[in-house]
Amino acid sequence: MSAVPLSLSGVGFAYPGREVLRDLSFTVADGEFVAVLGPSGGGKSTLLRLVAGLLPRSAGDILVKGEPVRRPRQDVGMVFQKATLLPWRTALDNVLLPAGFRRGASAAELERAQALLKAVGLPDAAGLYPSQLSGGMAQRVGLARMLLHDPDLLLLDEPFAALDAMSRERMALVLQELWLARPRAALFVTHSIPEAVFLADRILVLAGRPARVLLDWKVELPRPRRPETMADPLFNELALALRHEFDKVAA
Amino acid sequence: MKRALALLPPLLTLALILGIWAAFTGPTGLPSYLLPSPSLVGAALWSGLVTEGTDWPHLAFTLTATLVGYVIGSIGAVLVGALVAESRLFERFVYPYIIAIQAMPKVALAPLILVWFGFGLASKVVLVALICFFPLLVNTITGIRGADREMIEMARSFSRSGWFVFVHVKLPAAAPAIMAGLQIGIVLALIGAVVGEFVSSDRGVGYVIGSATVNMNVAVMFAGVLELAAAGMAGSTLVRWLHRRIVFWEGRPSHPSAES
Ligand SMILES: Nc1ncnc2c1ncn2[C@@H]1O[C@H](COP(=O)(O)OP(=O)(O)O)[C@@H](O)[C@H]1O
Ligand SMILES: [Mg+2]
Repeated sequence: MSAVPLSLSGVGFAYPGREVLRDLSFTVADGEFVAVLGPSGGGKSTLLRLVAGLLPRSAGDILVKGEPVRRPRQDVGMVFQKATLLPWRTALDNVLLPAGFRRGASAAELERAQALLKAVGLPDAAGLYPSQLSGGMAQRVGLARMLLHDPDLLLLDEPFAALDAMSRERMALVLQELWLARPRAALFVTHSIPEAVFLADRILVLAGRPARVLLDWKVELPRPRRPETMADPLFNELALALRHEFDKVAA
Repeated sequence: MKRALALLPPLLTLALILGIWAAFTGPTGLPSYLLPSPSLVGAALWSGLVTEGTDWPHLAFTLTATLVGYVIGSIGAVLVGALVAESRLFERFVYPYIIAIQAMPKVALAPLILVWFGFGLASKVVLVALICFFPLLVNTITGIRGADREMIEMARSFSRSGWFVFVHVKLPAAAPAIMAGLQIGIVLALIGAVVGEFVSSDRGVGYVIGSATVNMNVAVMFAGVLELAAAGMAGSTLVRWLHRRIVFWEGRPSHPSAES
C-alpha cells in the first residue's frame, strides 16, 4: 500500500492581514470519507484550496501520498460549491474537460464519460448546455467530471449547498453510491450537520478564529446508509451532540 | 407574413419623413442648394449606383479601407489585450499609457498619419485600425480579467495547463466583451475611413462628399451619406448576428431552476 492519501501537520494559513487557519493536524486514510464541519467564513474552502494546491505555500506540511503539495495534482480532484460548468460546452464536453474535451479524449474516455453521466442519473443530458440544466443536474455533471478524472483523493467544497433540501438528500445518496463503487479518501466540506453524519466515516469540526480542529469524531453507522438511517437513534444522538458542541463554540 | 408586418411601422415612419421632406423642399420651400428634394437625392443615387455607376469605385475604396483596417486593428487589440491581461509586467509598464491614449480622440492624428503613410489606401487603413483598436483592447482586457475565479481554479485543479485555461476558460469568458468591442469597432472603423478621406484623398465616399461640398452639390452629399449609412447598418447587423451566433450562451441563466 502506498503512503497515506492525505496528511496535515501544523498547517496554518493567513490571507494578507487575516489569519484563517492555525495548527491543523490530521490524516485521511485510504478509503476514508471525512466530513469537515464548520461555520461559514471559518476557513473550510481555504483548507480545501490549500490541499488542492491552488493557494501558495502555507505554514506546516501538507502531504498527499507522502509528497508535499505545491501545485494541483493529477490524482486529486475537487468539486466546488458552484457547479463551475463551462457555459459554452455541452454536459458531455464538461465531463470530458479533464481529458481535454471530446477532441482530446480517447474512445475509452468518451465511453466512460457517457457511463458516468448515466451513473449520476443523467443518461439523456449529454448534448445539453449548462443553461438547460437545473442546479442539481449541474452538480451531477460536476461529480461526473471529477470521477472521470478518477482521483485517489476527493475534495468536495459544499457541493450541495446551493440546492434545495430535497435535492440535497438525493445528491447525498448519489454521492455515496458513486463513492461506494470505489471507496477512496475524501474530504467533504459542509455546514450541514445531518449531511456530515449521513455521509462520513469521520467528522472534523473546524471552528474558531483562526480555525482549528476542535473535534474529531468517528461515525459508526453501517453502510450503505439509506434515508431510514436518519431515523437511526445513533444518527440522531450524534447529530444532537454535534449541535451542542456547535452551540458551545458559538457562545 | 409576420416579418413583413413588423416592417410596416418603420416603413410608415419613412414615408412620413419623406413626405415632410418633400413638402419642405417643394417649389415654395427651401432652395435645393440648402436641402435638395428627395427626388433629387434619389436621382443622384440612381445615377451614381445604376446608370453611371460612378459611386462604386469610391464605395469599394472606402469599404476596403474600413474592412482591412478593422481586421488588423481588431486582431491586434485581442492579441495585445491578452498579453496585458495575462502579464503583470506588461500591465505595469504599458497599461497606464493605453488608458491615456484611449481617452484621446484618435481622429486628431489623421493629418499626421496622412503625412506618414501617404494619401492612398495605407493611411486610411492605419487610421481605421488605430480607431477601432482601443475600445476592443479595453474590452478584451476587462473581459479576460473578469473570468470567473472558481472556473479558473476548477480547470487548474484538473491539472490543466495555463494555456488550456486561457484558451478554454478565460477567452470564452471574455467573448461577450470582445464581441461588444467588435460591434463598437465596426461603426468607428467606417468613421475612421471617412475622416481619413475628408482630410486628404482622391477616392472614396468621403472624398465624393468632400468635393460635392466644394461644388455646393448637396444632393450628391446626401447620396454619399445615405450610402455610408447603408454600409454602416449592414456592417453592424452582420457583427450583431455573429455576436449572437458565437456567444450563444450569453444572457442565459446558468441554472434556470433550483430543483434537480
Ligand atoms: N482570496 C481571499 N483573500 C482574502 N481573504 C479571503 C479570501 N478568501 C477568503 N477569505 C477570507 O477568509 C475567511 C475564510 O474563508 P473561507 O475559507 O472561504 O471560509 P468557508 O469556506 O469556511 O466559508 C473568510 O473570512 C474570508 O472572508
Ligand atoms: Mg466556503
